[in-house]
Amino acid sequence: MVLSVVALVSALGVVLSKNPVTSVLCLIITFFTIAGHYIMMNAQFLAVVHIIVYAGAIMVLFLYVLMLMNLNAELEPQKRNWLKYAGAISGGALLVVLVAALRDASMPALSAESTDIGLIKNLGMLLFKQYVVPFEVSSILFLSAMVGAVVIGKKD
Amino acid sequence: MPVQYYIFLSIALFCIGVMGVLMRRNAIIIFMCIELMLNAVNLLMVSFSKMWADAGRVDAGSAQLFVFFIMVVAAAEVAVGLAIITMVYRNTHSVDINILNRLKN
Repeated sequence: MVLSVVALVSALGVVLSKNPVTSVLCLIITFFTIAGHYIMMNAQFLAVVHIIVYAGAIMVLFLYVLMLMNLNAELEPQKRNWLKYAGAISGGALLVVLVAALRDASMPALSAESTDIGLIKNLGMLLFKQYVVPFEVSSILFLSAMVGAVVIGKKD
Repeated sequence: MPVQYYIFLSIALFCIGVMGVLMRRNAIIIFMCIELMLNAVNLLMVSFSKMWADAGRVDAGSAQLFVFFIMVVAAAEVAVGLAIITMVYRNTHSVDINILNRLKN
């Protein structure tokens, strides 16, 4: 419960803060709370991977680019104020519609006892038996993304 | 703890991400909001995996592997996207997405 509140507050902080670096730090807090949820739902491997990949790699990349661009001094232009309200209203409307649609759905409760489905042994067996082809395809995707990033970012 | 709780938490996180994409003009913050939306979906999928595991299904780990693949795609997307943003910044000295209007002509 506390984790969820922290997650929602820091997610709002991502959207609402003026300074981009504050947004990045709020997003890191959100990722840590989501990792806490993963641990509570017996997805230990995913929690560790989530922290390493998101908080460790992706957010460092974001922070690096932000520091490189030195955007702290530059504030966003505030001329389109109605656009902000329109965005907030449409996001809120989406929230209301989804909550209203799913409010009456009957779902089973998650039991508190632990399952071993999220352990690295079981996930590894599943990954390398049933999902070998997507795994290899994702490695090709990674390779092409890496090459693409280098080609785009190269000084021409 | 019912599954609805996690569904509503994911919906809230996703809608905050949508709001951020619609409200902000900074391309980097829009990227971070996209990450937030992906994570909301991941959270939902892990909770459904736990639900099926409680129901005794043996293949409930598939959802967690799907989350793993989403993380892979998100990492690749961030690498390419940040390279593009860096390129745009180098050419225009701004990351305001309104500047990209000129791609139209």
